[in-house]
Amino acid sequence: MSHKILSKKELCKDVYIADIEAPLVAAAAKPGQFVIICLQTTYSERIPLTIAGTDEKNGSIRLIWQAVGKSTAEFGHLKVGDELENVLGPLGKPTHIENFGTVVCVGGGIGNAPLLPIAKGMKQAGNKVISILGARNKSLLILEDDFKAISDELIIVTDDGSYGRKAVVTVPLDEICQSQKVDMVVAIGPAIMMKFASQTAVKHNIPVVVSLNTIMIDGTGMCGGCRVEVGGQTKFVCVDGPEFDGSKVNFDLMMKRMQAYKKQEQQALEEYKHKCKIGLDK
Amino acid sequence: MNDKQLLEELLNKHKAGTLKPADRYNIPPQAMPQQDGVARRSNVEEVALGYNETQARLEALRCLGCKNAPCMEGCPVRIKIKDFIVEIVEGNFQKALGIIRENSLLPAVCGRVCPQEVQCQLPCTVGKKFKNVDMSVSIGRLERFVSDWGRKQHENSTPAVAAPTGKKVAILGSGPGGIVVATDVRRAGHDVTIFEAFHKPGGVMVYGIPEFRLPKAIVQEEIDGLEKMGVKIIRNFVAGRTKTVKELMEKDGFDAVYIGVGAGLPMFMNIEGEHLVGVYSANEYLTRANLMKAYDFGKGADTPIAMSKRVAVVGGGNVAMDSARTAVRLGAEKVYLIYRRSEKEMPARVEEVHHAKEEGIEFHLLRNPKRIIGNGDGVVNAIECLKFELGEPDASGRRRPVPIEGSEFTIDVDTVVVAIGNGANPLIGQTTDGLALNKWGNITVDDNCKTSLDGVYAGGDIVLGAATVILAMGQGRTAAAGINEYLAKK
Ligand SMILES: Cc1cc2nc3c(=O)[nH]c(=O)nc-3n(C[C@H](O)[C@H](O)[C@H](O)COP(=O)(O)OP(=O)(O)OC[C@H]3O[C@@H](n4cnc5c(N)ncnc54)[C@H](O)[C@@H]3O)c2cc1C
Ligand code: SF4
Ligand code: FES
Repeated sequence: MSHKILSKKELCKDVYIADIEAPLVAAAAKPGQFVIICLQTTYSERIPLTIAGTDEKNGSIRLIWQAVGKSTAEFGHLKVGDELENVLGPLGKPTHIENFGTVVCVGGGIGNAPLLPIAKGMKQAGNKVISILGARNKSLLILEDDFKAISDELIIVTDDGSYGRKAVVTVPLDEICQSQKVDMVVAIGPAIMMKFASQTAVKHNIPVVVSLNTIMIDGTGMCGGCRVEVGGQTKFVCVDGPEFDGSKVNFDLMMKRMQAYKKQEQQALEEYKHKCKIGLDK
Repeated sequence: MNDKQLLEELLNKHKAGTLKPADRYNIPPQAMPQQDGVARRSNVEEVALGYNETQARLEALRCLGCKNAPCMEGCPVRIKIKDFIVEIVEGNFQKALGIIRENSLLPAVCGRVCPQEVQCQLPCTVGKKFKNVDMSVSIGRLERFVSDWGRKQHENSTPAVAAPTGKKVAILGSGPGGIVVATDVRRAGHDVTIFEAFHKPGGVMVYGIPEFRLPKAIVQEEIDGLEKMGVKIIRNFVAGRTKTVKELMEKDGFDAVYIGVGAGLPMFMNIEGEHLVGVYSANEYLTRANLMKAYDFGKGADTPIAMSKRVAVVGGGNVAMDSARTAVRLGAEKVYLIYRRSEKEMPARVEEVHHAKEEGIEFHLLRNPKRIIGNGDGVVNAIECLKFELGEPDASGRRRPVPIEGSEFTIDVDTVVVAIGNGANPLIGQTTDGLALNKWGNITVDDNCKTSLDGVYAGGDIVLGAATVILAMGQGRTAAAGINEYLAKK
C-alpha cells in the first residue's frame, strides 16, 4: 500500500504540515496516538510522529513535523503527489478523554500539533479548555487559529516577546492554577517544557499528563529503545504510552537518552543539506 | 587420496553393499567450509559457506541408516532423516529435497539456524559411538546442502493450491510460524492474508538473526514463494491497533486467525545504569543493524547505531552471540561476552560459540553485571561485574550460579547490549477480549494450537516464550491443520 501526500505546506521555517493517504490508520486513530513512517523500505529511518488530525472520509491523516534531522528534512522536501512507502499505525494508547471540568492544554513549539486533537476532544467532552501556546518567537508559532476555534481561552507566550506575552508557558500556567480551579493539565512540547509544566501542576496538586516522543524503532513493544523511567519503573513509550503522568516521569534521564545520536544525526543532516545544495539528492 | 577419489571408492563399496559400519565410522567428519576468521570481522557476508557435493556425499556416507533412526525422534518436525541422507549418497538431491519438504517448509533456514546438537544430532548413533556429539552425522549441514542445491536449481517449486473455498484466513505476524501456516492453509484453497507490523516481512529471521548467519535473500525467496501462491501480505499493519482480531473476524469477514506475533518487551536486569546512553536491548541493537542496515550508516542507510570501541554483551544465548558478533562487524575493537553460568550451560548453538571465539570475542563466564557506570553526561563508561561459582542444581537442572562476595571488578566499555530474554508481546492480549493468557502473558493453546477463542489459533514465541524457528514452524503446521479442519466443518 502506498501513501500519497494529498496536501502539504510549510507552516513556518522547517515545520511542515501534510495530509497523507492512510485509510486504515485514519479509520482507527484516536487523539493521542501516533504513527511511524518510513519513506523508503530499504534504507530509510523509521520516524515516529504524533497524529495531528484525521479525515476518515478522505482516508487521510494529518502530520506536522519539524525538519530536525536528515530523515525529517527529506520528508519536508517531498511534494504533493509523492508517496511514502510505509505508514504504520495508529500506535500507542489513546488519550483518556472525559469531562474533567477545566483542562489547561499547554503546547510548546511543535508540540501544538499532537496537542490539538486532544484539546479538541477535551472540548467535545464538555470541558472548559484553556490553551497556552508557547514558541520561541512569533514566526515559529503554529496552529494559533485552530486552537482559537476550540479553546474557551487562549494565551500565547513567546520567549522574545515578539508576539503575545514575553514569558515561558509555566508563568501563565502558574497564574491560572492559582486563580481558578483547574482539574487537569495536558502538556506537550520539548522535554524541558514538559518537565517544568509538570512541576507547576504538581505544585498546585493538579493531575498532569504529558506525551513523550522518545527514540523508537518498531513501535510495537519489541525493541525497548523507547524506554523511560516512570515512577521508578521502566516503561515502554510505544505500548505503555505515549502519555504518562507527568509528575512521575524522569525527564532528566529521558533528555539524555534523546541525545544519543546527536552527533551522527548532525553529520547526516549536514551531508544531506550539502547534497541538496549541489543538486545530488534527486 | 583426495576427497573425490575417496568418495568414488566408498560409493563403489556402498553400491556393492560391502560398506560396513566400521568403514563408515572411519570416514572423516566433513568440516564446514567457512570465511576466514579475520576477514569476516569486517564484512556481513555469511560465515559458513556450505558443503560442496563431494563433502556432502562423504558426510552422508557416514550415516548408518539405523533401523530405529533415533535422530528422527530428536527432530521437532520428524524429518525422515535417514531417507533424505541416503538420497544424498546416491546423488538424488531432488529426491532428498522432496523428503525434507514433506515435514519442513523452511529447510534453507533450519539447516542454518537449528540447534542440531541438542536435537537430531544429539541421539545420533555415530555420535554415541564416539561418545562425542560433535562426531554425529552433520544432519543440519546436509539439510542446508540439499536446500541450497534446490535454490540454485530453482527447484523450490511453489506448492499447488486447491480450488478456492471462499474462506478467509488472517495471519498476524510473518515469522517462521506465520509463513508455514500461510503455506499450509493456502494449499487447502483458502484465501490467505498475512498482516505484518514491520515494513519488511520475515519476523526474527529479518530483524534479529544477522545476515552473516542467515542471508536475507533466503528469507525473501520464501516470502516471494508465498506471494506466488497467492498469499497477500499487508505490511505496516499492527494487529490490535490498526484493527483488532475481533474487527478482522466480524467486520472484514476472516473465518479464522493465526496469531504469530512473536516475543516482545525485552527484559532488563533492573540494575543501576540501564537507562544510560549506550545501553541497548539486543532486539534494538540487532534491529538497527539488520533490518535498518545501520552498518551502512552514512553510506545510504539513515538509521544510526552506536559507533562502539568496547562493547559488553550480557547473556549466553544465540541472541547474545549475534549481538557480540554484530558489534565486531560494526567496528568494535574489544567485545566482551558476560554470562553468569559456565560455557556448558550456554543455550547458544555450539557453532555460534565457536565462531564468536574465532572472531576474537572475549568470554567472561560465571560473571554477572552489578551496575553500569556512566560518565557525567549520562553515557556508559564501564560495567561493574561480580564473579560467580556454580552451586546446587536449580529447577532447570542446571547448577545455580552463586555470587562470590567482594569479587567485584569493572571493565571499561562504551556500549552494553542486554541479551537476557524477552517477555510476551502485550498488544494482542491487551486488545483481544476473552483471549486466555498465562501468567507471563503468553497465549495459552490446546494440542491443536487453538486459543480460548473459536477460530483463533496461535503459535511460536507468543505461545512458547522465546523459543526456536523449528518449534515455531512445528506449531505453525499444527495450527494450520487445526484451521483447515475447522474451516472444513464450518
Ligand atoms: C537474535 C536472535 C537469534 C536467534 N537465533 C536463533 C537460532 O539460531 N535458531 C533458532 O531456532 N531460533 C533462533 N532465534 C529464535 C527464533 O528466531 C524465534 O523463536 C522464531 O523466529 C519465532 O517465530 P514466530 O513465528 O513466533 O515469529 P517471529 O519471528 O517472532 O515474528 C513475529 C512477527 O510478528 C510481527 N508482529 C509483532 N506484533 C505484531 C502485531 N501486533 N501485528 C502484526 N504483526 C506483528 C513482528 O514484527 C514479526 O515480524 C533467534 C532469535 C533472535 C531474536
Ligand atoms: S541416528 Fe545418525 S547414523 Fe543413525 S540414521 Fe540418524 S543420522 Fe544416520
Ligand atoms: S519502539 Fe521498540 S519497544 Fe517501543
